[in-house]
Amino acid sequence: MSATAGAVRAPVPTPRGRWWRARRTVQFGLLGLFLAGPWAGVWWVRGNLASSDWFGLVGFTDPFIALQSVVAGHAVAAPALLGAALVVAGYALLGGRSYCAWVCPVNIVTDAAAWSRDRLGIRTHWQPDRRLRIGVALAALGVSAVTGTIAWEFVNPITWLQRGLVFGMGAAWLVVAAVFAFDLLVTRRGWCSHVCPVGAFYGAVGVALVVRVRAERREACTDCGDCFRVCPEPHVIAPALKPRDAGAYRAITHGDCINCGACIDVCNDDVFEMGLRWRGRPRLSDKRSEKTSSGT
Amino acid sequence: MASLCGTSGVIGLLLAAQAKTAKAVPAWAIRPPGAVAEDDFAAACVRCGLCVRACPYDILSLATPGAEGVVGTPYFTARAKPCEMCRDVPCARACPTGALDRTLPRIEDARMGIAVLVNEETCWSVIGRTRCRWCSDACPVGPAAITLEQRVANGRKYYEPVVHSAHCTGCGKCEHACPTDEASIKVLPIALARHDRAKAPLHNGEVSPSVPPTAP
Repeated sequence: MSATAGAVRAPVPTPRGRWWRARRTVQFGLLGLFLAGPWAGVWWVRGNLASSDWFGLVGFTDPFIALQSVVAGHAVAAPALLGAALVVAGYALLGGRSYCAWVCPVNIVTDAAAWSRDRLGIRTHWQPDRRLRIGVALAALGVSAVTGTIAWEFVNPITWLQRGLVFGMGAAWLVVAAVFAFDLLVTRRGWCSHVCPVGAFYGAVGVALVVRVRAERREACTDCGDCFRVCPEPHVIAPALKPRDAGAYRAITHGDCINCGACIDVCNDDVFEMGLRWRGRPRLSDKRSEKTSSGT
Repeated sequence: MASLCGTSGVIGLLLAAQAKTAKAVPAWAIRPPGAVAEDDFAAACVRCGLCVRACPYDILSLATPGAEGVVGTPYFTARAKPCEMCRDVPCARACPTGALDRTLPRIEDARMGIAVLVNEETCWSVIGRTRCRWCSDACPVGPAAITLEQRVANGRKYYEPVVHSAHCTGCGKCEHACPTDEASIKVLPIALARHDRAKAPLHNGEVSPSVPPTAP
């Protein structure tokens, strides 16, 4: 980039690497399992993302929906509570917002919107605070309690889209189109990274953060900025990649990270890898060198 | 921070308005057996469709946006496909949340709605066109939830279908069977037809009166 073209940003790279292929496979594969019943008569999985039954053996329930049902005053029956507990336990280990990158069908829509936006050079920039989604989640719970309904389900594009595909779409395309338009025309990564309370909820669920992206070889970073440009939640990278002290966690521990692996795919210097949180606790050698450097 | 709370608050208000308007259900959308009272349904149902999948007769649908009722919640249309009243109530058993009562002991205890003779002016039996008794014959409940009661008006003898709320499950077989162009007897949601019974569904051990009301 030349100095005169200061306003022009470097093009956003589009990683289509291993992790991108893996999560698209998982996203479409899950959708395929849900659609195999109505489309092909293969009833391995029944229901939808709100609540599902797998092989007649185990059920999963969306914990955010179950929580809204509870605050709305319904005595949720045991199967749904158990199903929600299983989902919470699973994402606590896999990283809460792994749901966003690996399961949620709206992620495909918003990724497409971000891609289109970058191709078309749209630069509109209304940026609501990223904490807005926490406010929206609290508002959804509050409205659920006051109105005695599962409030977010009246608008939730995730379940509208997925239930639409599995049970019949109706006007649900409008909601999906609205989310696409919002991300395309109003705010880059607007829906998933700023508004969606489901993602905020899963972010809170992922407290254990076991599976994490790690900036394992951060010393090899050449400051090209590709990972920041490709990341839907760029604020999560810096603490692991550019820490203030050398002994800091190499794992990205911020709850907003969706474990999509785009940074791993895009990095030319092989800085990132998917790993476990604990490997690379502040190392003894790091600590010692830090101490000696600051102490003397 | 203030704008953050403000924006969240505005979204909350919009959501509350949406929840309030979208809670209304059209009268022809009948809930599956064992459903909790309609006022509580939007809190209890997660819209997963497991009841729809469990129904062996494929009569249930999930409401689609822009068309009917609370988006994603299950219903059936009696005139098109009435409930076949499976003895083991598979739809209610499949419900993970208890929006449908998983412990409903017998399908006869279900109160999906209640049949109402909505148009005496077209009912063949009332106008004396035939001694039609299709609604009564179609009724799967015994003792019949619909009896044809003899009436006399202006010296003319006729037979009027009378629904006995203590027995009617709201399955909709009568509405489905009614031979008039527009059904003369229809299943209505209990909350609409019998508001006194809407809050306390009949299916928890209420004793049914065994003697149907007699003709005047």
